[in-house]
Amino acid sequence: MTKQHPAWSPYDNNGGTCVAIAGADYCVTAADTRMSTGYSILSRDYSKIIKLADKCVMASSGFQADVKALQKLLAARHLIYQHQHNKQMSCPAMGQLLSNTLYYKRFFPYYSFNVLGGLDNEGKGCVYTYDAVGSYERVGYSSQGSGSTLIMPFLDNQLKSPSPLLLPAQDAVTPLSEAEAVDLVKTCFASATERDIYTGDKLEIVVLNKDGIHREYMELRKD
Amino acid sequence: MKLDTSGLESTSPFFGSGDELCPELLAAPSFALPLSTDFDEFQKDTKATLKHAKGTTTLAFIFKEGVMVAADSRASMGGYISSQSVKKIIEINPYMLGTMAGGAADCQFWHRNLGIKCRLHELANKRRISVTGASKLLANILYSYRGMGLSVGTMIAGWDETGPGLYYVDSEGGRLKGTRFSVGSGSPYAYGVLDSGLTCLLKKLRSWLEELFIMQHSEMQPVVVLQAFIMWDQMDGRSCLVMMLESFTTIIIQSRPVRWSKKWLKSQGHN
Repeated sequence: MTKQHPAWSPYDNNGGTCVAIAGADYCVTAADTRMSTGYSILSRDYSKIIKLADKCVMASSGFQADVKALQKLLAARHLIYQHQHNKQMSCPAMGQLLSNTLYYKRFFPYYSFNVLGGLDNEGKGCVYTYDAVGSYERVGYSSQGSGSTLIMPFLDNQLKSPSPLLLPAQDAVTPLSEAEAVDLVKTCFASATERDIYTGDKLEIVVLNKDGIHREYMELRKD
Repeated sequence: MKLDTSGLESTSPFFGSGDELCPELLAAPSFALPLSTDFDEFQKDTKATLKHAKGTTTLAFIFKEGVMVAADSRASMGGYISSQSVKKIIEINPYMLGTMAGGAADCQFWHRNLGIKCRLHELANKRRISVTGASKLLANILYSYRGMGLSVGTMIAGWDETGPGLYYVDSEGGRLKGTRFSVGSGSPYAYGVLDSGLTCLLKKLRSWLEELFIMQHSEMQPVVVLQAFIMWDQMDGRSCLVMMLESFTTIIIQSRPVRWSKKWLKSQGHN
């Protein structure tokens, strides 16, 4: 008897790429704004980045319906936390919460590839990178999504940070300045857009530093 | 299908009491299951689509002074290396270590959960849990999820009142007590070195331990073991972390990038 493949799948891939880079006192999170399905474009202006807390921003690519559900859940949990503890959640705390939230759907996963960017309790930039079921790690930079295989080697080359496992413990954050990091991100996306059909249209860059959150946009190729 | 959700119970006290405004949100978390007719097929499909992070070599052995644990640090998703710096040795608590092999998320989550259970045991019984007990707790939870597609191959290494302890626990529900184990895609290579060279390793380790605090000059045998088989297995690499458990404390011995040994390079004709 031949294997029957289901005609309907609960998942879809809406494409897109996200990047986050941690600096000494800032964090840059960026994502393109194209939402696609198969070979069609659904929207040229869909934001994949959400502010979860004052010091924490999440960018997600993958299946945007699952991303939307995940964002709603995290926002609700953050609100409960604020009521119970009378303060905002820190980025490491949000990192653990996201990991657990993803793992609770271990047998019916959120098809969402996330990067969390923000400032830790000391004010240093931190980036957490996730797989679809919640395995996570604090890193100096990361990219997820359809263009990540194109961007990651470039970031490895430019930002190679010492492994967090080395002794003595060395800083994973990049010594680049904020403006240089933003420039690097723009370069990454400009190149990824050339070779990845799911990345393009517009780039949304969110910079988190001690002065707060600052957003900027850059046009990318629309084809 | 009834799942053992005792592993998730510990979070329920954090939720508000009796407020029914948003019952789904405040209910104790449980694993949502897909409503498909063929569960296994669905799990296989998700695994193929999502390509969870895995691929590993870890090893641990008991020797005179304690337990030595070593692991590489690469995580792969399909053929793509998703990370070169994964911490595969997880501190369950200050006197117990767990290694990660198989699904990264599965190992991270269940080790953290085991840490919670061990702490609750300590508070309830006013004494630390034994390695036997901790490994049994983990094995029982994993057994209840047997067949659901979890991928966990872990070693619980610890120090309790009976001395050093080492157990191998996997997601099929297997649990073995032993003195040396290696788990992961690179384990066959590790076993080769571990099984043949162990007596001379132990001798070298003893003399090395005498110079414990002159770390930069020591040639770490477990590091050599790991490096030897990292060269043969594509799935691991980058750096290896070696931790040692010695009478209730954990010491990080060595953590350095994998590099080709000069002698081996010369034997291959490079200079």
